[in-house]
Amino acid sequence: MSCFQTLTDYGLRSIGLGVRGLPKADISLCDQIVLIGSGMIWNIYFAVIALFLGFFAATTIAFAKNSSVALFRIPSSIFIFLLRGSPLFIQFFIVYETFVLLPKVGIDLNLLITEITIETRWLTRAWLGALIVLFLNTTAYSAQIFYGAIQSIPIGDIEAAQSLGLTDKQINKRIILPTMLRLSWSSYTNEAIFLFHATALVFFSSFPAWQQKGDSLYYASYFADKTFNPFVPYPIIAIFFIIFTLIIIYIFNSIDKRLNKHI
Amino acid sequence: MFDYCVDPQSLDGFYWWSCYLTTVKHISFYKSFLVVFALLGVTVPLILIFGFMGAVARQSKLYPIRLFGITYTSIVRGVPDIIFFLFVPIALDQGIEYFRHKIKCPDWTDPIRQGNDFVVCQLAKMPMGSTEQWIHETYGFFLAALAFSIVFGAFAANTINGAINAIPRAQIETGVAYGMSRKQIFMRIQFPQMWAYALPGLSNLWMILIKATPLLFLLGVQDIVYWARELGGTKTARFTYPHEDWRLGYFIVLLVFYLLLSWLSEIFFDKLTLRVTRGQATLSGINNKNSGNRSS
Repeated sequence: MSCFQTLTDYGLRSIGLGVRGLPKADISLCDQIVLIGSGMIWNIYFAVIALFLGFFAATTIAFAKNSSVALFRIPSSIFIFLLRGSPLFIQFFIVYETFVLLPKVGIDLNLLITEITIETRWLTRAWLGALIVLFLNTTAYSAQIFYGAIQSIPIGDIEAAQSLGLTDKQINKRIILPTMLRLSWSSYTNEAIFLFHATALVFFSSFPAWQQKGDSLYYASYFADKTFNPFVPYPIIAIFFIIFTLIIIYIFNSIDKRLNKHI
Repeated sequence: MFDYCVDPQSLDGFYWWSCYLTTVKHISFYKSFLVVFALLGVTVPLILIFGFMGAVARQSKLYPIRLFGITYTSIVRGVPDIIFFLFVPIALDQGIEYFRHKIKCPDWTDPIRQGNDFVVCQLAKMPMGSTEQWIHETYGFFLAALAFSIVFGAFAANTINGAINAIPRAQIETGVAYGMSRKQIFMRIQFPQMWAYALPGLSNLWMILIKATPLLFLLGVQDIVYWARELGGTKTARFTYPHEDWRLGYFIVLLVFYLLLSWLSEIFFDKLTLRVTRGQATLSGINNKNSGNRSS
């Protein structure tokens, strides 16, 4: 079987397209590269959505933690402490067990044009359940990073804005928010890389992979078990992760350049 | 445990709980908390050694050694730790058995990799097939600890490397002016001072290490996660202490344990930072406080 054939058969296997059965015997290098690469789709999916949503949630929580109103400050501090103080691995277990205990019901959402049913059983699937955990986790870490940045904004900047007659809302939007992003961007880049690496844990998160539609580590450990040779699949997945880590660094550095354009 | 525990079915309330929480399996669960501390105790010195060697390698004047140091730190940082935890123990295991096989059974002609099997002669098995169970478990634990040390050693190397570079250049130039050798400068100026600079990074690393300890479960060690799953699972009426799925409760206990550990560590490091930076004209002791770096 040619490698091109493998690519068309297994290239999108992780999202359920292509040949059903996974290769069992005579596993070639090409099989491993294609399937592990196919699994990376899930890692990228988790990382991109969790980071995107987490960014906005983290900004909100960072401002809440910085707020002088106790009603905002205390819950956000507790949220950050809980999620930063405990291992992601344990968080996966706790959230999974909670979701399993939830009653299995469908909630009908009436969206003017169509009606969709949101089912709670989706929460026990990796695509939603694990995503929620990763989202909450990155929100807490990023919020702490952003909060630290807000704390180190030079007070003179804010005083200058006040003396120019800017309202609190304007100061938040035009002074604090951009300065916060600029100060925290390198730490936030680290966080993005760590979150991307944390998506590898989804495989062990007890959220089951359904119909062998797994992430990259699912396929890597499948091959390591089948061939009893760790020296091929793990280096392959490592190289995939390194490539995507470099891409993240490139994207974040370009944003950093934009943020610092005027300096 | 207690005398009245003979017939748990007849008990309820406080007595039932006191018996339930002192079963043999629960005692093993409590003991497994020590496994977490054992792992931390074994890995921390190793991490510091790996980190120190990695940092020294990156500072080396010899290009091959410097290249090795850079490769080590950047590869480990570019790849999820969990992949190393899966890879290193099994790779070490096979590597060790491979070499023992070559040495102890030189006249063995069959290939070691037979299709999908890894076959070595009986003498090369490590630990020997005949040894007791606890030796196998300890061996597995140490392979896991080594995997942890290699991964976190790379992070420590980065921190220590940064700390060595953070020492003011003027001090080193002063050392040179006094005619000190490179070694003397390192031992007398850089080494004693770098800890103050490295402390924020190392304390951060400690927090990450704590939160990585439940991954031991994935390496087949019977740690707290293993027991929480084991004890929390549904127990039907066949069992002495039947109950529903209580895994959530057990995991919340683990959560509280880790929160406490993180919180106490934070207090400890705040105190230590004050101590180490005493007398040093630097802000770096309090710098990194809010950087919030992490790992899974």
